[in-house]
Amino acid sequence: MPDAPSHKRAAYPLLLPTWLVLGLFFLVPLALMLAVSFARRGTYGGIEPIADLGEYLRSGAFLANYARSIAGIYLRIGWRSLWMAVLTSLLCLIVSFPIAYYLALLAPRRWKALLLGLVVVPFWTSFLIRTYAWMFILRTEGLLNLVLVGSGVLRHPVELLYTQTAVMIGLVYGELPFMILPLYASLEKLDRSLLEAAADLGAGRTGSFWRITVPLSLPGIAAGIVLVFIPSLGQFVVSDLLGGARSMLLGNLIQNQFAVARNQPFGSAVAFELMAAVLILLLGYAAFARRRGAEDLV
Amino acid sequence: MTASSHRRLLAVHTALVYLFLYAPIAVLVVFSFNAARQTATWDGFTLDWYRSVLADDALLHSARNSLLVAALTTVAAVLLGTPAALGLARHEFRGKRATQALLYLPVIIPEVVLGAALVTFFGAVELRLSLWTVVLAHVVFSVSYVAIVVRARFAGLDPSLEEAARDLGAGPFETFRRVTLPLAAPGILASALLVFTLSIDDYVITSFVAGVGATTLPLHIYSLLKVGVTPEVNAVSTLLLAGTVVLIVLAQRLLRGSAAPGDPQ
Repeated sequence: MPDAPSHKRAAYPLLLPTWLVLGLFFLVPLALMLAVSFARRGTYGGIEPIADLGEYLRSGAFLANYARSIAGIYLRIGWRSLWMAVLTSLLCLIVSFPIAYYLALLAPRRWKALLLGLVVVPFWTSFLIRTYAWMFILRTEGLLNLVLVGSGVLRHPVELLYTQTAVMIGLVYGELPFMILPLYASLEKLDRSLLEAAADLGAGRTGSFWRITVPLSLPGIAAGIVLVFIPSLGQFVVSDLLGGARSMLLGNLIQNQFAVARNQPFGSAVAFELMAAVLILLLGYAAFARRRGAEDLV
Repeated sequence: MTASSHRRLLAVHTALVYLFLYAPIAVLVVFSFNAARQTATWDGFTLDWYRSVLADDALLHSARNSLLVAALTTVAAVLLGTPAALGLARHEFRGKRATQALLYLPVIIPEVVLGAALVTFFGAVELRLSLWTVVLAHVVFSVSYVAIVVRARFAGLDPSLEEAARDLGAGPFETFRRVTLPLAAPGILASALLVFTLSIDDYVITSFVAGVGATTLPLHIYSLLKVGVTPEVNAVSTLLLAGTVVLIVLAQRLLRGSAAPGDPQ
């Protein structure tokens, strides 16, 4: 734009209110939480006042919450969350790729808008209710047991709810639209003449799939994995409602420290580790996006 | 495998995924009309559960709270986010990339982190948890959605229309009010509908920052779920789904139906 310089200051009044709100109610709270994560829990909850700050820092006491979070049961919860998030991303990718491919390249034109709309709607509807639907289906007196026992597959109803499998189903179910949409966006842009050229040059279907379709849809794959991995890693609702005592994830641990155990400093430390993991992932994605081109994340 | 069998296989997979996405919701809706209280067997049609939902004072109170929070959140987010979207779409300035990152972060970081940070902050500044703290928390993530959705809308507008208005003697404010704003209105309205939906559905962040007596509908539903699955929960879930799906479909129509004037659809 030729008149860009005169625009420079014109943007500031437009953005100032948003900067103020996000600064005060987003950045300051995060900074505060980081500070609290170095503190010690008071006897009755809250934070214990630090008598001698120099001594507190020298002794390394300020790292106690972080040390605690990477030992014993808490470390296990961390690994479990990571593993569940990896598994959810992979399962979502496997389930989503064929449907995204079908929607982008094969679906009849007049159905496309409707089919795509049907993926978008769950994307925006209540995660809580969509998770509850699985409680209704998986519980011992639920529909799935009824069908399985009624059809003679099972003799007695089995406990399907409150298991790791139930959490996995809930995670894949909840995050699936976040994988389908970016994959679709990537495949939609795929230049079909490349596939035809490959076929003309004698490439088999499998060959052109792995050497053309997959590499060209990498931006969508990367965006989908980021969009599925992050909420899975910080998941709280699915593991709380569908999981058992052994399904606790980082999200549940953080919530528990704030609401039940009243150990805000420890909860803050875990929340910060989660946040750091997410930021590292996003920086990795940004680096990838700069080299390969990217789908918008939101 | 031939091309057509290949195609059929993908179509079958697609159909199965849609079944996976929608069957659980369909089951929940169907059983909200089931006369049987305990079992998952069909025992005849009834509207009893809807009657008892509509007679449940605590639930109605929480629904009113949710509507109030969503309405206030939407108004605040649109008033803040629309100018921000305009600034980002029309101007180059220092800190633009940082501003974009700042807008994406509240949407993308896990909800528990945002909830935990906000409750820490409210505690530190001694702001008593109430419906107001819920509104503040919802505004934080809603501003981002408005700014992102509306920005795309502003960016898609044909600049020649604004130039024409200026050539015809309209000042910058008049150009904005009579040309830019009406053209962007569908996008702004769509973002408002989406943000309203997100606010009314939010559970995780709200659970951190809601004060005593500030129970919203998702908080109330959650407390019912923890006790057990009842047909009343199916009924209230169906009502909430129906309401939000209408808003979402409307928003999608606005976003699609008005991509850009003169744009071939």
